[in-house]
Amino acid sequence: MSMINYASREINCKIVYYGPGLGGKTTNLEHVYGKVKPDTRGKLISLATETERTLFFDFLPVDLGTIRGFKTRFHLYTVPGQVYYNASRKLILKGVDGIVFVADSQVERMEANLEAMQNLYDNMAEYGYDLTKMPFVIQYNKRDLPNAAPLAELQQSLNPGWEVTDTARQKVTADQFHPGENIIEQLPTGEWVEHATYFEAVAVTGDGVFDTLKAVSKLVLKTLA
Amino acid sequence: MAVGSASWSFTEEDFNAITATLQRFLGETNARCALLVDRSGQLIATVGEQPTFDPTAFATLTAADFSANDQLAKLIGESDFNSLFHQGEKESMYLADIARRVILVALFDNRTTLGLVRLKIKDTVLELTKLFHDVFTRGKSAASKPGLLSGADDEIDQLFG
Repeated sequence: MSMINYASREINCKIVYYGPGLGGKTTNLEHVYGKVKPDTRGKLISLATETERTLFFDFLPVDLGTIRGFKTRFHLYTVPGQVYYNASRKLILKGVDGIVFVADSQVERMEANLEAMQNLYDNMAEYGYDLTKMPFVIQYNKRDLPNAAPLAELQQSLNPGWEVTDTARQKVTADQFHPGENIIEQLPTGEWVEHATYFEAVAVTGDGVFDTLKAVSKLVLKTLA
Repeated sequence: MAVGSASWSFTEEDFNAITATLQRFLGETNARCALLVDRSGQLIATVGEQPTFDPTAFATLTAADFSANDQLAKLIGESDFNSLFHQGEKESMYLADIARRVILVALFDNRTTLGLVRLKIKDTVLELTKLFHDVFTRGKSAASKPGLLSGADDEIDQLFG
């Protein structure tokens, strides 16, 4: 739910980083916090347990620039990844404008990824939000690990695409971030599908962190355009 | 417009009306400061003494506090708690729900009493509920109009390089 304040000339948007436990959601925010200029960001708030596991959420406000005289302010949130914190995880989705799903690339975390993705769909549906109709980006994190699953496998499991029923949108649309790939395409079965934009990342070193943030922010602003 | 992301905006007149209501509340109660926070955690307005803390972080935590308490209410068989009170040694805060979309937070110290704040906040909540009702209704009818950034695609592209 983007909020436009004409008095202070600000556009406020909410982006939530979602995904399985220990996948790197908080690390994404920490990297952004460390890299952006101190005068364009607020405090990084973490409601975590003593062992640094996110209990409720992490929160970081950042200003990404000015459009038409309006300051674009993005509120970045992470959710607790651990399964038993679902009640608090769901609360954070309230009023969300864009979602980043941070997947853990390690082969042995595949099931946790799938479970978290299903949980995301379920929680969004409970609010009446349709994930396929809002800014949604997938980040495959931990690409540097030796046990990382091949990209194609992750894409097939976590980003198989959703059906495009609107005939006006049934046309091959190139993926602007991955030359040679398509965001909207027709399957051999004749069905049209749309995939979420995806990025590979190594959040601990910052690889892919800003690409992900920029892509989701841009998608969010385009919903206002 | 994305499904589920019911955007809303308010004009300078709305802002002035909201501010005037809050100023009156502060005058009547001698509370230090009143903040309005949207349920998704965004700060809408601050009136009175300017807070010394980070208001953005405060707004986020307020929304989370209210949402968590809503869930607690459901667990004990209530639909929600429409007000919350946090008491400190010197500073206290009173939080009240407005139209299930916005939270009014009153910060006060021992220059006033909880009783007075609680009494006066009721009228303030009623007034603000009416004001916000108009804002939200207008937001719905405006949803089909071109957005604020309509035609700004190029500018958005440039912003992100």
